Amino acid sequence: MKSYLLKRLFVMVPVLIGMTIIVFSIIHAIPGDPAETILGQKATEQSKEELREQLGLNNPWYQQYFTYLGDLLKGDLGQSIRTKVPIAQEIMPYLAATAELTIAAMAFAVFFGVNAGIISAWKQNSWFDYISMLVSLVGVSMPIFWLGLMEQWLFSLKLGWLPSIGRMDQRNPVEAVTHLYLIDSMLAGRWDQLWTVVKHLILPSVALGTIPMAIIARMTRSSMLEVMNSDYVRTAKAKGLSQFFVVYKHALKNAFIPVLTVIGLQTGALLGGAVLTETIFAWPGVGRYIYEAISSRDYPVIQSGILIIAFLFVMINLMVDLLYAAVDPRIRYR
Amino acid sequence: MKAKRWSSSLLLLMLGIIVALAGCSGGGSGSSEAQEPDTGQQAEGEVPASSAQDTLIVGRGGDSAALDPAIVTDGESLKIGHQVFDSLLEYKEGTTEIQGSLAESWDVSEDGLEYTFKLRQGVKFHDGTDFNADAVVFNFTRWSDPNSEYKFSGESFYYYDSMFGPEGSRVIKEVKALDEFTVVFTLNQPQGPFLQNLAMTSFGIASPTALQEKGENFKNEPVGTGPFVFKEWRRNDSITLEKNPEYWREGLPKLNRVIVRSIPDNSARFNALQSGEIDLMEDLSPDDLAVLESNPNLQKIERPSNNVGYLGFNLKKEPFNDPKVRLALSHAVNKQGIIDAFFAGQAVPAVNPIPPSMWGYNDSIQDYEYDLNKANQLLAEAGYPDGLPGEYVFYAMPVPRPYMPDGKKVAEVIQADFEKIGVKVTIESPEWATYLDEVREGEKDDMYMLGWTGDNGDPDNFLYTLLDKDAIPSNNYSYYASDELHEILIAAQRENDQDKRAELYEQAQVIIKADAPWVPIVHTTPLLAAQANVKGYVPAPTGSEYYYNIYFE
Repeated sequence: MKSYLLKRLFVMVPVLIGMTIIVFSIIHAIPGDPAETILGQKATEQSKEELREQLGLNNPWYQQYFTYLGDLLKGDLGQSIRTKVPIAQEIMPYLAATAELTIAAMAFAVFFGVNAGIISAWKQNSWFDYISMLVSLVGVSMPIFWLGLMEQWLFSLKLGWLPSIGRMDQRNPVEAVTHLYLIDSMLAGRWDQLWTVVKHLILPSVALGTIPMAIIARMTRSSMLEVMNSDYVRTAKAKGLSQFFVVYKHALKNAFIPVLTVIGLQTGALLGGAVLTETIFAWPGVGRYIYEAISSRDYPVIQSGILIIAFLFVMINLMVDLLYAAVDPRIRYR
Repeated sequence: MKAKRWSSSLLLLMLGIIVALAGCSGGGSGSSEAQEPDTGQQAEGEVPASSAQDTLIVGRGGDSAALDPAIVTDGESLKIGHQVFDSLLEYKEGTTEIQGSLAESWDVSEDGLEYTFKLRQGVKFHDGTDFNADAVVFNFTRWSDPNSEYKFSGESFYYYDSMFGPEGSRVIKEVKALDEFTVVFTLNQPQGPFLQNLAMTSFGIASPTALQEKGENFKNEPVGTGPFVFKEWRRNDSITLEKNPEYWREGLPKLNRVIVRSIPDNSARFNALQSGEIDLMEDLSPDDLAVLESNPNLQKIERPSNNVGYLGFNLKKEPFNDPKVRLALSHAVNKQGIIDAFFAGQAVPAVNPIPPSMWGYNDSIQDYEYDLNKANQLLAEAGYPDGLPGEYVFYAMPVPRPYMPDGKKVAEVIQADFEKIGVKVTIESPEWATYLDEVREGEKDDMYMLGWTGDNGDPDNFLYTLLDKDAIPSNNYSYYASDELHEILIAAQRENDQDKRAELYEQAQVIIKADAPWVPIVHTTPLLAAQANVKGYVPAPTGSEYYYNIYFE
């Protein structure tokens, strides 16, 4: 297991370097004068020149790249042009907000997706199977934007059950320590706020989790169907084990590897890809942070933001790989 | 075997957590139905005196970039700066006329080179230090001295440089404290809009002590003399301001607390207003107007226009260097039709470059009516009886702007009308930064669309900034150079009497109308919406207004 882990870590190095190169080049391929976009129509030529100088935009590209790499190794992610605050400091609350939302959304997606998939496979061609596969088909094709607005309309406007935007009740806030508000409100012993924080989480995580849920459900179902027809499951059934035990214990174990892959990929995708959800629900996450940096040409933020997301993606994949190895011993020895 | 057990227990644990979460949420929706969501919590809550009705929650589209108004240019940042800081002068509520704020009165010398301000006494910064003449000098030194130690990493004072001239051509020569409450400004040359400029939010007076103590962090924790004290900033989420109990306007502000939230999506912001999560929202989409007006719990609020959206001709290109051709095309733009189709009526047709609410606006100028026959006739007089030869490139904004929500669609309408009089144009919309570059260079486009939002409520900020020959190549994208106009605009800059200046600007508009370097299209009136019980809110044309008069009925 240890050698497997080392091997995996070693493979990551070129991946990480490749990431920095790609991120760097994409940004520099964008046309237009960043100084102009940053400072706007009203800027003087002199202030634009100052800014170009300050950003090193006048240096040759390779020099800009190596400066960038050097800063990264020192843990310096640069300073935001728009807000003039160091990114490493600024990005933490955004990452926390995204983490909270992603975990809630994936929890929703995994719970409902996996169970729906299992039951559909178990009771193949039953009404439950048809309905859940129909729902997941709709789920995959549903525009998040629309789903989010409809949720707000129904649960917040019409029924008044849930708040439509934000992360907590702003009139009565909890001090932000970890910026994970679930934890912050527990730390402060504010159980009333914990409850509002949970309520604020429900609509966005359902909107965000719907697509992954649908994908997970379909993947689980097809993977389970394959396994359910295998010999060892038949044997288990023949031994007289209970259906539930056979399905959830024996069959699921082997069927779970492809599902795990999908879960990993989807989690990674949610990290940076939640812009729409974050926009509709006014969720101050990292997707919106980067998106807004793009519209204001905040180069350092775009670079570092994408890099961090990519890094987290790689880490999640690593974890998934390790989970494979844990679930299926054959992978470790290959 | 070990691995097996581990993985299955992990799975079970995961499921357990999820079930717990799901259980919570299920029960929750039922129980919260019984009690009113927000107010119910507060009654039992830990916040003592503040009931919901003295806290105003504002929803807006974007977050502040920084909270020090001197270093920012975006409206969202200035909006917060406006609550925390006072400038020497300010604009009267809902207008761009100036009145005293931290300065109670002022005198101008005969030659317009010396301004003496009497400052308000007994005003304190939020950190408890005194506001006085030294604080004014400190701030102006900070902005004008390129080596100031209070100009922190990455910062620059854009508005100081653009309103009072960049380093090397500063308008203000010296700022001196005559005594504790008298400040004298000496100028290098007279500047007509000088007082108008001083009233801008960007020139809010910051606490020198706080600047020294907080240093670089001042932009995150601003300290001024304004009606509200900065409390907390959760980026991209909310900014909390609290009442300044020592505010120099007696009895104000009426609110105890203002929370300004960033809700980027227009529909979501409107949903939040309807569900009562916010009390006031900026930038209502015209599409939602019908819903708003049918809801008796909400009210519509209009912000006076302070912008212009226009079609500009590139005078470097044939045949648009011919004023007759430009006049002909001016008759072929259906402004009212465009407004009805794309602005939901929330705009007025533009006749002149400056908005009608601004002083110096020339009411007597008649617009060129929309008349395609007349346009054809004028083209013929210009020597093009069969329309213009060839095809021309028409640049249309790729992004929505406050003065033009959908540039491309508007361009298509204009294109269709031009086609009818024999003028063929192709619309191009490169990405925004490229767009600005190329329109400025004036090589690729024959005509273009653009707009402007006023900074200081002075006609100079439109006419000189956009159409004077000095503004080539910075903001005069049309390459329009008129010596006659230049003389008038410079004379107006050097004049201190506002009535005389207004007269000069009225003349300037006549010249511009006759030369027609632009077809001014619209002045938009941005829409806001609020709960019906929100009173005392007067939006300003500049985009930043005080919240101190607001109260709940």
